[in-house]
Amino acid sequence: MGELYNIPIRLEGAPWSAGNATSILHEIRHALLALLESGQETTIDLHSLPMGPADETQLRDALGQGEVEAQLDVLGKSVVRETRIPGVWFVDHYNADGHPVSRFIEITRIPAILKAQPEDIREGIARLTEQLVAVDDRH
Amino acid sequence: MSNSKTLGETLRDRGVSRRGFLKFCAATTSLMALSPSMMPRVAEALEKAKRPSLIWLSFQECTGCTESLTRSHAPTLEDLIFNAISLDYHHTLQAASGYGAEESREAAIEENTGKYLLAVDGSIPLGNPGYSTIAGISNVEMLKETAKGAAAIIAVGTCAAYGGLPHANPNPTGAVSVSELIKDKPIINVPGCPPIPVVITGVVAHYLTFGSIPELDVHGRPVAFYGQAIHDRCYRRPFYARGQFAETFDDEGARKGWCLYKLGCRGPVTYNACATTKWNQGVSFPIASGHGCIGCSEPGFWDKGGFYQALSQTQWGSAAGLAGAAAAGVAIGAGAALLARNRQKTVREEKKS
Repeated sequence: MGELYNIPIRLEGAPWSAGNATSILHEIRHALLALLESGQETTIDLHSLPMGPADETQLRDALGQGEVEAQLDVLGKSVVRETRIPGVWFVDHYNADGHPVSRFIEITRIPAILKAQPEDIREGIARLTEQLVAVDDRH
Repeated sequence: MSNSKTLGETLRDRGVSRRGFLKFCAATTSLMALSPSMMPRVAEALEKAKRPSLIWLSFQECTGCTESLTRSHAPTLEDLIFNAISLDYHHTLQAASGYGAEESREAAIEENTGKYLLAVDGSIPLGNPGYSTIAGISNVEMLKETAKGAAAIIAVGTCAAYGGLPHANPNPTGAVSVSELIKDKPIINVPGCPPIPVVITGVVAHYLTFGSIPELDVHGRPVAFYGQAIHDRCYRRPFYARGQFAETFDDEGARKGWCLYKLGCRGPVTYNACATTKWNQGVSFPIASGHGCIGCSEPGFWDKGGFYQALSQTQWGSAAGLAGAAAAGVAIGAGAALLARNRQKTVREEKKS
């Protein structure tokens, strides 16, 4: 896919915008108030809106980079990045080939995908128990 | 063949963690154009979903729809085949050939009667059965035989959905769509020449998740993907509203990315997800590349006038009002949106009544 961006044809004038970045920023502000007041979490699916390069730039510039960035290796890469607005996170999922599959802005104290899940914890306990039994058997 | 394990069990058997499952569900929810708030419901449904058998028949087609399908990136076709569905018959993708291939189709029908999904790409010739046959079986015969035990049919591409290019005047083979032949099964039309890859997999994912067909418009298309006109979601729409049009493909307007209405763009009368979902993993779509929409997801689009004539010069029924707006070159873009929405509203009301 990188090759596509290398084709030396460029549009004259400013990068195109669908005019949606400002609306999203307002939505984020409302969602943050709801998070603070009632704990209500909000997820915005960036694939559901027409977004031009100028919208992306406006959004990234307005939200900036915060204190936390995490990379997950789960069915391909996922990147979770807090913006400089606490409680606002970019969550970008990629497939095993590195192609973006979904992009969200989550307004939450911590995105769910970062939390250890009960099912995984149970499996982890089982693995650890097996190891301990094996150690006991050796002694 | 399909098996009795649920999707959740299959993924766990493959070593996919709960986190991985949540990621899969997030991508699937987005793919189906559902609100992110639906994610818990999608996760709950996918956890329990069984792998359905999918039989894919190709008739009078160019294999462009399969080419498109193989480029789905979320989920990839491989993800679908290995985890979510059992693709039991597909000429281009299956390893088996000859009698073995036909036997696998027959076995899938027998083992999954009433439960399998049937996908069809290509139109069906009625003029002479010999125009298109598979293993000596005419397309009509194979479609009717395979449709009999299907739970639902997905007509993939404009040829299967509306007849497409083979149906174009003078229609030498007597090509017809799936819905013209099969009247007693739910049919989901997924038109496009070809359809957007993730729209094909999105429809399969919807069936897998909810076990039912999605809400359809008057042309049998899923509203989630075909509910809005390209024009309504087009980033060049503000230029239309301001009356700024490219007049040729190399003038100042073209270079500045102005509206392509006067160069034949059919975005105002075409319903599809190109402007939001885009192509090539979300890189671009025809209008962003400087070419107008050709309306490939609409019935009979080949026979509605030249691709480079403005809509006012073509045979697209509702284009007259738009032509007035463009000719005046004034900021009445809202009129186009209203016209498009009214049309959609009208067709839904017609469907209900």
